[in-house]
Amino acid sequence: MRETPLADEHGRLGARLVPFAGWRMPVQYEGIKKEHEAVRQRAGLFDVSHMGEILVEGPNAVAAVDRLVTNDVAKLDVGRALYTVCCNESGLILDDLIVYRLEAEKILVVCNASNRDKIVAHFAKNLSLETPWNDVSDAWALLALQGPSARAIMNDLGAPEALLGLGSFDVARATVAGVDLWAARTGYTGEDGFELFCANEDAVTLWRAILAAGQPHGLQPVGLGARDTLRLEARLMLYGNDIDEHTHPFEAGLGWVVKLDAGDFIGREALRAIKAAGFDRKLVGFEMTERGIARHGYPILAGGERVGEVTSGSPGPTVGRNIGLGYVPKALSKVGTALGIEIRGKQVGAVVVTTPFYKR
Amino acid sequence: MTYPRNLQYTREHEWARLEGDLIRVGITAYAVEQLGDVTLVDMPAPGEDVQAHERFGDIESVKTVSELFAPVSGEVVDVNAALESSPELVNEGPYEDGWLITIRPSDQAELDGLMDAAKYEEYLGTLDG
Repeated sequence: MRETPLADEHGRLGARLVPFAGWRMPVQYEGIKKEHEAVRQRAGLFDVSHMGEILVEGPNAVAAVDRLVTNDVAKLDVGRALYTVCCNESGLILDDLIVYRLEAEKILVVCNASNRDKIVAHFAKNLSLETPWNDVSDAWALLALQGPSARAIMNDLGAPEALLGLGSFDVARATVAGVDLWAARTGYTGEDGFELFCANEDAVTLWRAILAAGQPHGLQPVGLGARDTLRLEARLMLYGNDIDEHTHPFEAGLGWVVKLDAGDFIGREALRAIKAAGFDRKLVGFEMTERGIARHGYPILAGGERVGEVTSGSPGPTVGRNIGLGYVPKALSKVGTALGIEIRGKQVGAVVVTTPFYKR
Repeated sequence: MTYPRNLQYTREHEWARLEGDLIRVGITAYAVEQLGDVTLVDMPAPGEDVQAHERFGDIESVKTVSELFAPVSGEVVDVNAALESSPELVNEGPYEDGWLITIRPSDQAELDGLMDAAKYEEYLGTLDG
């Protein structure tokens, strides 16, 4: 089992550690609800060093990454980032990624921990020998500072204007608390915030400095449990739940990251065909109208028939309702459509609602 | 975490307490710790029968669902209705306001087959690490 450079810090903070994608990761410190609320109202600090990071460099870097993902990397300015998916030849989703253009000839690709080996192999197979690239996941740590007070905390830490002035999906090099890092205004919570990439050996210094500076702001360390409820309320996809190698981006509601007319990429012809032919199911958000909590894998029912499956479900601490996502036939995807969720053999009422469930 | 001396415990982390001719049932501090924030408790209705060591309901936290097992057989007499609107009572006081049901046991001697606090703590020691 792999450990992040912050394993001892988590232990000291009383975290409960669980196995996740081959890593021992903190699932919670004080409790999921409290941590969730901290991020929505103040700020939370996450260790997400398990995420995979791949650097692609050289004059060919932009074009090379552009060919591997559905979104338009060629248009990405230096210091900007974008969300995208990476598909196979059939247009099915291998992973969802954030692509950062760090420098003119330096691209950072961040992938899910659970998909790291697959994505690294995919890159190895499809990047030409003239394109230098490097899986730096084992050398890099990643901290996410998320919440409305995130910027104020970075300000108190003496972060430079290069960082404080970042807009959404901007990225820049900065030095914070003596630590050299890449700072991006990205995240996975539906709140404002920063993701900070630094060398493993600097992770403890950075983690402690942020926690100390954040204390007057009510900053709390936050585990993967609240990360999941936060992202679900914001309708951010969880790979392996909401999207996988059986789903394409259109039915997942990710058509906005597929740029069919912006240069070739793996899966483009398949996706063009899917779009032309149309597709019959869609990922919808629902909330429970009767007492019950939908969970990943539960059947979705309509007229007593099984019509789909819940991909994610849990209480939504901020929205105050039990919410979920799942694939249903298009005819049942309209907001207001009554559905049933089968919970331990019983049908419990739910209704299709607009997403995101929560918007700041 | 505390495990009151006056309770009997199951391997599935429920506690049972004899009160007159009824047995009050809840989940232990260990179970609460494992679950995290309790968000919903599904329980039988008064009058239903439960079987010792068989599932009588479910308890859900933000993250997960766990089954509830009856410590003894008998008829459900009362259900903690406060948990419907305030499931967090289970986190706040699993041995007090967070109790789940009371049972009229069909055989009170079944209580003797459960663990006392010392045995339960010993048992917990075999689970951790």
